[in-house]
Amino acid sequence: MRYMMIVKSTPDSEKGALPTTEELTAMGKYNEELVKAGVMLDGNGLAPSSQGARVTFASEGKTTVTDGPFAESKELIAGYWILDVKSREEAIEWARRVPFGSGGVLEIRKVAEAEDFGDNFTPELRETEEALNEEVAKRRQG
Amino acid sequence: MTVTDTRQAIDAVWRIESARLIAGLARMVRDVGVAEELAQDALVAALEQWPESGVPDNPGAWLMAVAKRRAIDQFRRQERLERKVTELGRDLETSSAGDQPDLVDVDDDIGDDLLRLVFTACHPVLSTEAKVALTLRLLGGLTTDEIARAFLVPESTMAQRIVRAKRTLAKKKVPFEVPRGPELAQRLSAVLEVLYLIFNEGYAATAGDDLMRPELCAEAQRLGRIVAALSPGEPEVHGLVALMEIQASRANARVDTNGEPILLLDQDRSRWDRLLIRRGLAALAKALERSESPGPYTVQAAIAACHARAATAEETDWAEIARLYRELAVLTGSPVVELNRAVAVAMASGPGAGLELVDQLTEEPSLARYHLLPSVRGDLLSKLGRHAEARAEFEKAAELTRNARERAILLDRAATCEAEGATG
Repeated sequence: MRYMMIVKSTPDSEKGALPTTEELTAMGKYNEELVKAGVMLDGNGLAPSSQGARVTFASEGKTTVTDGPFAESKELIAGYWILDVKSREEAIEWARRVPFGSGGVLEIRKVAEAEDFGDNFTPELRETEEALNEEVAKRRQG
Repeated sequence: MTVTDTRQAIDAVWRIESARLIAGLARMVRDVGVAEELAQDALVAALEQWPESGVPDNPGAWLMAVAKRRAIDQFRRQERLERKVTELGRDLETSSAGDQPDLVDVDDDIGDDLLRLVFTACHPVLSTEAKVALTLRLLGGLTTDEIARAFLVPESTMAQRIVRAKRTLAKKKVPFEVPRGPELAQRLSAVLEVLYLIFNEGYAATAGDDLMRPELCAEAQRLGRIVAALSPGEPEVHGLVALMEIQASRANARVDTNGEPILLLDQDRSRWDRLLIRRGLAALAKALERSESPGPYTVQAAIAACHARAATAEETDWAEIARLYRELAVLTGSPVVELNRAVAVAMASGPGAGLELVDQLTEEPSLARYHLLPSVRGDLLSKLGRHAEARAEFEKAAELTRNARERAILLDRAATCEAEGATG
């Protein structure tokens, strides 16, 4: 299952303050850990909300566009990871290891996905693939 | 934290740390079975202490420290024993220097240790079944019960399989190392085979199965990514990762609401997982970058990628797929691959061109009982308007298939040919 680790904005991140070399190194090391554990699917930092906009929907498909920045920095998002994990607890354990200093906040949310992996291909395609796999494996051994 | 919370937190730590823990310990004690027992001891200690003390800040280091202490205790006990044995006049020279445990630097080169563990779990002295079980147990951190459920065997059977596998590794004195030189390619291909087998086992799961079965796909993908991160220079590892990610990207589109399978070309492509496709294509690019002549997994991934790149079924680059099947046929020499190529050629250049290739396969002894040969041939003949011949092929295919549903479809097509033959 997938979890999104959401990094909450801070006044600093909203100001576009760059991380220190140490912070960057620590984060690089952490990301490498995620990759080496095979759980890292995706991740990005987001630019301050001053570079973004909000689209608000009114009735009859009417929309209003508001340019950033937005005031409530704790409600904003500064970055995210998407992790491929086995449980909520595993996502939490990875979150605990993020090298944030005091005051950092991470939110963990499950990515909604169709739970059941369902049935196969049609028998024809399925069998072709199976036979193909067997063949390839056989030839490789031989 | 409640006791259940702590228990779940410990499970999560175990999932993240167990493989590294076992790998580090295995280098120390030079026995994968003993290493796993030590790691389990540390887990038991965590289960006893963490509900009181809370989960430590660095749980991995905590577990390693406990396990290492036990290892040293064990080693001392053994040393005392051996000393006594010497005092009794026996010869201590039997144990060579190489058997002495390496108690220093356990925390260094965890990546190398993990790779050693991968190669040990997939060592050629083990049967395929044993390799699969050990890989999931030692590298995936799965419980014996989980592995047993995934492979539809009783837990006791799986437990025995694992015990026997560990005993075999010890008895045959399998060294805890990454193979070098010409052996590496062969051993690596055995590792990849095990991972793909695990993936396919999960992919074959049906709706009523235990949830652990489809879970195998995710596990194989994760292990594939781990091996790719550990040996980034190996093109076929990236090729396998690409193949698995792209195949898994279609998981949600494979069945309709009634649980009936949907053909690749009929699938709703908006339901394909774009993130996995993106990852798959990136892995494929890495594989191609690193290989002068792509191996079988990379070529299969490239074929899967042709489908993944096509926004609609009509946009599929069949000429490229046909070319890739040609490449795969050269690599594998397999008539089944040739049959797949014939289908792609028919899609690219018309049924006549495909039929020419299929006709070259009719004498192939290994395909004599293979129902897809007459099935494909029948399909191409009917597209060419040769209904009577097509009908005979569909009937032959219906006779050969073991699948009742498929037989019904084939007989239906035979009947259609007969009707069309009569009117046309």
